Amino acid sequence: MARDSGIWQNSFIFISVDFNFSLRPKIKRQQLQQRQGTKTGKKKKMHSFGYRANALLTFAVTILALMCAIASLSDNLNTPSPSAQIEILNINWFQKQPHGNDEVSLTLNITADLQSLFTWNTKQLFIFVAAEYETPKNALNQVSLWDAIIPAKEFAKFSIHTSNKYRFIDQGHNLRGKEFNLTLHWHVMPKTGKMFANKIVMSGYHLPEDYR
Amino acid sequence: MDWQGQKLAEHLMQILLLAFAVVAFATGYIMGSFQMMILIYAGGVVLTTLVTVPNWPFFNRHPLKWLDPSEAEKHPKPQLAVNSKKKSVKKN
Repeated sequence: MARDSGIWQNSFIFISVDFNFSLRPKIKRQQLQQRQGTKTGKKKKMHSFGYRANALLTFAVTILALMCAIASLSDNLNTPSPSAQIEILNINWFQKQPHGNDEVSLTLNITADLQSLFTWNTKQLFIFVAAEYETPKNALNQVSLWDAIIPAKEFAKFSIHTSNKYRFIDQGHNLRGKEFNLTLHWHVMPKTGKMFANKIVMSGYHLPEDYR
Repeated sequence: MDWQGQKLAEHLMQILLLAFAVVAFATGYIMGSFQMMILIYAGGVVLTTLVTVPNWPFFNRHPLKWLDPSEAEKHPKPQLAVNSKKKSVKKN
């Protein structure tokens, strides 16, 4: 069917409603006007109410998608400068489980300032603390100890005193005297678009030589 | 609507939507509020719908010329030829 060249956006959503909505009822008669656009030989079509509504809706949604894409790109303009410290206050206990795996319970003091990570397009910040160490069996072991969701910028500067939320269990019994890193990871979850993730690595922690 | 009105409606819709999108994004970015951007844009879409979609009179300033009834009678619509008995022979 021949359509006006301006309606490119119609190809996105096609609603097959084509009714004539007119304020004055017209009886169809033969039209006297000559065929317009004789150079290209195309017939002009009168757009109905449904046609205009469809075109407008499609165009509006396309522009909304573009706005969200640009909003996501604007996140790259932000240069964050987060900081964090983790202190192990106490090792509560350090045992070998009946089935042979080591387990540790720690009390941590986590201080962080992650306010610069928030932008206008940030929904929330997901952070977690992981212990990383090496064993003969695995080159890298990562055990998540604690996590939290920060919903707004005001809560992003905090200092928390907590025992590990998730159990620190090894695959085996390699933890005696082990040196490990504590890393604070964060995932910046946007309202629209790309999610960014990064981390701060803090090294120099180690476990005692004997079980307690 | 008439042809000029239709063209006007189409152009008006595109320009209005783009303008509202730009204003909404700028306001949202400067105010640091995603909510504000969405609200302004939604308002813009509703306004554009009210302006361009219904058949307002200012879209019909050059009304279409319809044929007079007396003239229509002089040029009757051609009748469709009746040939139901003839069928094209299919070759196997």
